[in-house]
Amino acid sequence: MGKLDGKVAVITGGASGMGRASAILFAREGASVVVTDLNSQGGEMVVSEIAAAGGRAVFQRTDVTSEADIKAAIERAVQEYGRLDITFNNAGVAGAVGPLENIEAEDWDRTFAVLTRAPFFGIKHSIAPMRKSGGGSIISTASAAAIRGVAGLHAYSAAKAAVVNLTQSAAIALGRDRIRVNCICPGVVLTPLIYRGVPGGEKAAEQSLARMQPIARVGRPEDIAAMALFLASDDAQWITGTAMIVDGGVTTGNQRLRMDQLGTGGFSGPSFER
Amino acid sequence: MGRLDNKVAVITGAASGIGLATAIRFAGEGAAVVIGDLNEEGGQSAVRQCRENGGRAVFQRCDVAAEADIKALIERAVKEFGKLDILFNNAGLGGAVGTIEEITVENWDRTMAILLRAVFVGIKYAVPEMRKIGGGSIISTASVAGLSGGRGPHAYSAAKAAVINLTRSVALEVGRDRIRVNCICPGGINTPLLYNRIPGGQETTAQFLSQIQPIPRAGMPDDIANMALFLASDESEWVTGTAMVVDGGLTAGASLFNRPGAPQLAVPGGFSGPSFEK
Repeated sequence: MGKLDGKVAVITGGASGMGRASAILFAREGASVVVTDLNSQGGEMVVSEIAAAGGRAVFQRTDVTSEADIKAAIERAVQEYGRLDITFNNAGVAGAVGPLENIEAEDWDRTFAVLTRAPFFGIKHSIAPMRKSGGGSIISTASAAAIRGVAGLHAYSAAKAAVVNLTQSAAIALGRDRIRVNCICPGVVLTPLIYRGVPGGEKAAEQSLARMQPIARVGRPEDIAAMALFLASDDAQWITGTAMIVDGGVTTGNQRLRMDQLGTGGFSGPSFER
Repeated sequence: MGRLDNKVAVITGAASGIGLATAIRFAGEGAAVVIGDLNEEGGQSAVRQCRENGGRAVFQRCDVAAEADIKALIERAVKEFGKLDILFNNAGLGGAVGTIEEITVENWDRTMAILLRAVFVGIKYAVPEMRKIGGGSIISTASVAGLSGGRGPHAYSAAKAAVINLTRSVALEVGRDRIRVNCICPGGINTPLLYNRIPGGQETTAQFLSQIQPIPRAGMPDDIANMALFLASDESEWVTGTAMVVDGGLTAGASLFNRPGAPQLAVPGGFSGPSFEK
C-alpha cells in the first residue's frame, strides 16, 4: 500500500533534480503524476521511467512564467486522472546572479516570474479542483536562502523569502477548505541548477560541497523528495503554513565554533575570579 | 517492511499523549521501544499497545528530573535491545503557571528541570551510544510556545525556546557523527496535559482546539507521532538542527478577514492603488 494511493499530483520542473526525484517517488507511492517542464525530452524520460516501474504519469510541457501554461497543467491532471490532490511548485532557476549593482531589472523580473509568480499561479489554480476533492496539499520549493540571505543570489534569496510568506498567508486562507500549503527550504542539493556552474560538474560538486554543512555530505534530490512525500501524504494532515528546512544543518548556526576550543568541560566562572 | 525496522528507540513521557501515540507508531514500523514514564500503570498499558501493534517494547519507570533515571533508561535500551538509534525527549508538563510575579523560584526550577534539563541529559547520554553505531536521531518535543510569546505559560515558553536553540547548537557539534538533532513544535494538541486542566475534559478541549487555527480540527497526538516518525526514519537522513512546526497553521500569521473584533472589510479582489486616487 502506497502513501499516496489514489492521489493525483502535478509537479513543475519535473524533468530534473528535485522535481524528477519527487515525481518518481510519488508515483512509486501510488500517485498519478503530471510531470511538467520546459525540457520536453527530460520530462518524457521521467514519464518513461515511471511507466517502466509500473507507475502512472504523463508529461505536459509547461513554461511556469505563463499563467495559461500552469492552468493547463492543472487542467491536464483533472482531465487525465479526474482530480487534483497535490501541487508541487518546484521549477526553479538561480536567476539574476552577481553583484547587486550589475543586476538588470529584466533579470530581476524574470527571476521573480519563475520563483515567486509561478507558485502564486500554482496555488491560485489548484484551489478550485482541490476544493472539489475535499482538500489537498500544495508544496513549493523555497530555499535555505529564504531564511538567510545569500550575497550573489540577491534576487533568488528575496524571491524565495516571498514564497515562504505566500505559503503562510495562503495557508491561513485555505485551512478551512482542508487545503494545506507548505514549502520546503533545501540547502545545497546536488541538482543541475547547482552543478552546471561548478567546474568538473556533478562529481566535483559532490566532493566540494560535502563539507558545507554539519552532515558531511551534499544534499540529494531524494532528501527533498522524502520531505515532499511526507507533506503530500495524509501523515501531514495537520501541517500547514510551514517552511520545512532540509539542509543538512547549514542554516543551524555558526559551524566554525568548536566547543572543545572553549574548554574541556567545567564551568566558566565570574570574570573577577581566576 | 517497516520504516524503523531494526531500530531501537527510547521515548520519555510515553505513557500518554504524544509519547504514547509515538511509541505505538514506532512499534508498528518495526522499532523496539523503551517506554519511559513516571506513570507505571500507563507505561505498562503502552507496552501492551506496542506489542498489539506488532512491535517490541519494555517499560522503565523514569523521572526525567533525575539524571540517573535518564541514564538508566538509555542503558536499558542497550541492555535489552543491544543499541540506541532514536531518542525522543518528550516528557512534559505545563509547569509554573500564573503571572510573572506569582511564579515561585521553586516552580520555575522544576519546570526547567523537566522541560529543559531533561532534554540536555537525554542528549548527553544518547550521543556516545549513537556514536558506537555510526549515527542516530535525537528528537525533542519543543512547542509553538518556544517560537513566540503568548502561546503558553512564561516558564514553559522560555524552556521550549531553549530546547529549540539547544537542538541547533548540538546539531552543529554531532553532525559529523551522523547524529541528527531535531525538535518538533506542536500547536494545540488534545493531550492530558491540556484537557486534564480544562473543565469538560477531552470533548470540550477538542471543540475549543478545533477553532484556534486555520485547519478546523484539534491537533491529535498522531499528528506529532507522524512527524516524529519522519524524523526518526532514514527518510530524514539530511535533516538536522530544525524545529518542525506541526500546528495546523496556528503560527503562520494573521488574517485580514474574519478576525474577532476586527472591522468587516469588503474586498472583492482587485488592486488597491496609490492612496491619493479614489
